[in-house]
Amino acid sequence: MNIVICVKQVPDTETKIRVKDGQVDHSETKYVVNPYDEYAIEEGLRIKERLGEGKITLISTGPERTKDALKSGLAVGAEEAIHLMDEAFEGSDPYATALILSKALEKLDYDIIFCGKQGVDEDHAQVGIILAELLDIPHVSVVTKLEISEDGKSILAYREVEAGHEAVEAPLPAVITAQKGLNEPRYASIKGIMAVKKKVIPEWNAEQLGLDSASVGRDAAKVSFVEVTLPPERESGKVFDEDPVQDAIKVAHLLRDEAKIL
Amino acid sequence: MSDDVLVVAEIRDGAIKKVALELVGEGRRIAGELGGNLLAVALGHGMGDALAPLAHYGADKVFVADDPALANYTAEGYSNVLAGLIGELEPALVLLGATTQGKDLAPRLAARLAAGLASDCTGFAVQDGELHITRPIYAGKASATVREAARPYMATVRPNIFAAAEPDSSREAPMESMSVDAGVIRAKVVEMIKEAGERVELTEADIIVSGGRGLKEPENFALIEELAAVLGAAVGASRAAVDAGWKDHSYQVGQTGKVVTPTLYIACGISGAIQHLAGMKTSKYIFAINKDPDAPIFKMADYGIVGDLFKVVPVLTEEFKKMMAER
Repeated sequence: MNIVICVKQVPDTETKIRVKDGQVDHSETKYVVNPYDEYAIEEGLRIKERLGEGKITLISTGPERTKDALKSGLAVGAEEAIHLMDEAFEGSDPYATALILSKALEKLDYDIIFCGKQGVDEDHAQVGIILAELLDIPHVSVVTKLEISEDGKSILAYREVEAGHEAVEAPLPAVITAQKGLNEPRYASIKGIMAVKKKVIPEWNAEQLGLDSASVGRDAAKVSFVEVTLPPERESGKVFDEDPVQDAIKVAHLLRDEAKIL
Repeated sequence: MSDDVLVVAEIRDGAIKKVALELVGEGRRIAGELGGNLLAVALGHGMGDALAPLAHYGADKVFVADDPALANYTAEGYSNVLAGLIGELEPALVLLGATTQGKDLAPRLAARLAAGLASDCTGFAVQDGELHITRPIYAGKASATVREAARPYMATVRPNIFAAAEPDSSREAPMESMSVDAGVIRAKVVEMIKEAGERVELTEADIIVSGGRGLKEPENFALIEELAAVLGAAVGASRAAVDAGWKDHSYQVGQTGKVVTPTLYIACGISGAIQHLAGMKTSKYIFAINKDPDAPIFKMADYGIVGDLFKVVPVLTEEFKKMMAER
């Protein structure tokens, strides 16, 4: 089974977001593998282990530092990684990002494609689903449990919905977007980390992908941020620390009479 | 190309979702500024009278795609039908609720139409005839303004942000039945696994009671659930509580969980990690209970009690019970 996993490098969720000149200031940002992509990678590894065969290829688009994210995936057991990098890709929106990924996938063999359900930076939650449409294959999003049929030709995926879970059946190839709960990602071993340190990750640029530079990047973006602002800081209000019972009664009344909650 | 706004009205269990009525109200306001009408479309099977509220809440015209193939939502079937309608109507803006259905459908549909899509939006403004859309990024740590690109533009809209209009039950709107070709549907729902009991959905809840590590044991979530039951509130959990296995991930509030916007958020035994705060700080009121006076959550709480939640929460439950009985 050929498993392709789309990975994004994002700011660590611990990051305090700063804004400079109307855009996010990343001068002090520490980058990590997108948390939802870790579930995607882990699921790929588990499928391969279960089947006893398979090949896992990681693809990612982003600047040079993106290679660190790809190496993290190689360190836990993916076989191959490809870095889709070109100046023309900078500032790509979800549609263009999916377009870049789709061109890479056209050059690869794939039975199942995994993405995280969203990047925890810009939170679009679009790329995996757009990718499925561009490749004209089905998708199942926000998946918390996945089963592959015995003949390896279809999947049963459970996705989180408001009132519970939906079980969705789809033929392969398909795109799965991973939700937290799908699995518990493993850590890389020291040996794994050392082994990928010097590994050279191949780069594919726009020309190699057969992409018209004008169709991607900042100028082609249909979703671009004209301005980023920080929300107003909330101020702390009335804090009580005397008697738990009396304090509780006081706040209950404030909520009813002042905040008009009930 | 028109200046109309089209709302994709989600139907669940035979009724229009609340967020769809919120969208009709806000969509109508936007359409007014653009100089167009508010159109709505509903997909399903045997919807009958369920669609009347769309007119009561402000739709000028309602398109109805009623077909057995649409009885259950599928991204492919719904995209096929909507892409056809949008191609014909050429609205300026298409709005969907940022529900599990809307978030699954909108990207597929946007890709089909090669349209721009702004996700999980919280504000719309028209400046010089051009749409400016506000959406949180980094789970709400920052907010971005998106300027529309080529029309039609699309947006999913977070529930609970816009108030629905006062309904006028005498208001009517023409209903147009569409001829439906759902096309090829490959991914199909084969089973719906409902949670036991009635559960208030976090992203749609008016009040949320959340528990964190301060609860000490998973069984102690019963305290949170009792308080939530009295208030008709949804139950939430911090990442620490979820990672400890006390609650399923679907309860998690924060950056790798749900971003919520209730009127009141009650945080019990949650210190307030940056990822948690990002997910709930747009709540109208925040009430925190924590034994640590230096817990970061107090910095943004409107009301706070520094104290033992095992003493505070049961008193709150009793007090609210009394108040509810008095109403």
